[in-house]
Amino acid sequence: MSSMNETGPNGNGLKLVYFAWVRERIGRSEEEIVLPREVRTVRDLLSWLKGRGEEYEMALEHDDVIRVAIDREHVGHDEAIAGAREIALFPPMTGG
Amino acid sequence: MSAHVVPLVRVQAEDFDTAAEIARLTRDRRDVGAVVTFTGLCRDENGRLAALELEHYPAMAEIEIARIASEAMERWPLTGLSVIHRHGRIAPGENIVLVVAASTHRHAAFEAASFLMDYLKSRAPFWKKEHPRQGGEGGWVDAREIDETAAKRWERD
Repeated sequence: MSSMNETGPNGNGLKLVYFAWVRERIGRSEEEIVLPREVRTVRDLLSWLKGRGEEYEMALEHDDVIRVAIDREHVGHDEAIAGAREIALFPPMTGG
Repeated sequence: MSAHVVPLVRVQAEDFDTAAEIARLTRDRRDVGAVVTFTGLCRDENGRLAALELEHYPAMAEIEIARIASEAMERWPLTGLSVIHRHGRIAPGENIVLVVAASTHRHAAFEAASFLMDYLKSRAPFWKKEHPRQGGEGGWVDAREIDETAAKRWERD
């Protein structure tokens, strides 16, 4: 496996950003993290985050409603996260 | 298809001037036959709300709106298109969002404006929080199924 496909472990910072009630429940608006290798998709990321503490568990409880953007583009939960620099987690949008 | 037209997209805290935005798309033009504008305002929900707080994802909001606007330019023959979306605290009666679509004929302008609003509702990274008049912590506005359904009607194979 090429190290270029890894996120985090080789020192590339991955930034997570949170909005609206996801941000409020987690208690911060952003953080830098290093992911274990087995976290490959958005779905893996959500379930890994839920194991990080009560606040994550509460924010991501109904993970099917959580919307995700990788590097400022909407993606589904099956999307691979290799190479991502910024992943945003947020509730369904209510603009307009 | 709209040739050589770049949509105007702005995400800002300040209010906008609808008449000035219409003029921007019609000034010195002789080919524009239709301008459709949509303005979304903050309502007080029968006196319940003091204001709405619009949170947004600054790094993505303009990019995503520009994507939606570009898609509209590809789908309809527009002579101009402007989208302005506000963020921050907005009181009842104040403007939230403006879409201005200009075309040679009305059909394209109506449809493009409607498409823009349906997509903005479900894809533009903005979230509304209510500030109740009674004080206390307000809640986040829930996304509505009907908005998702409205966006889906524009989907193509």
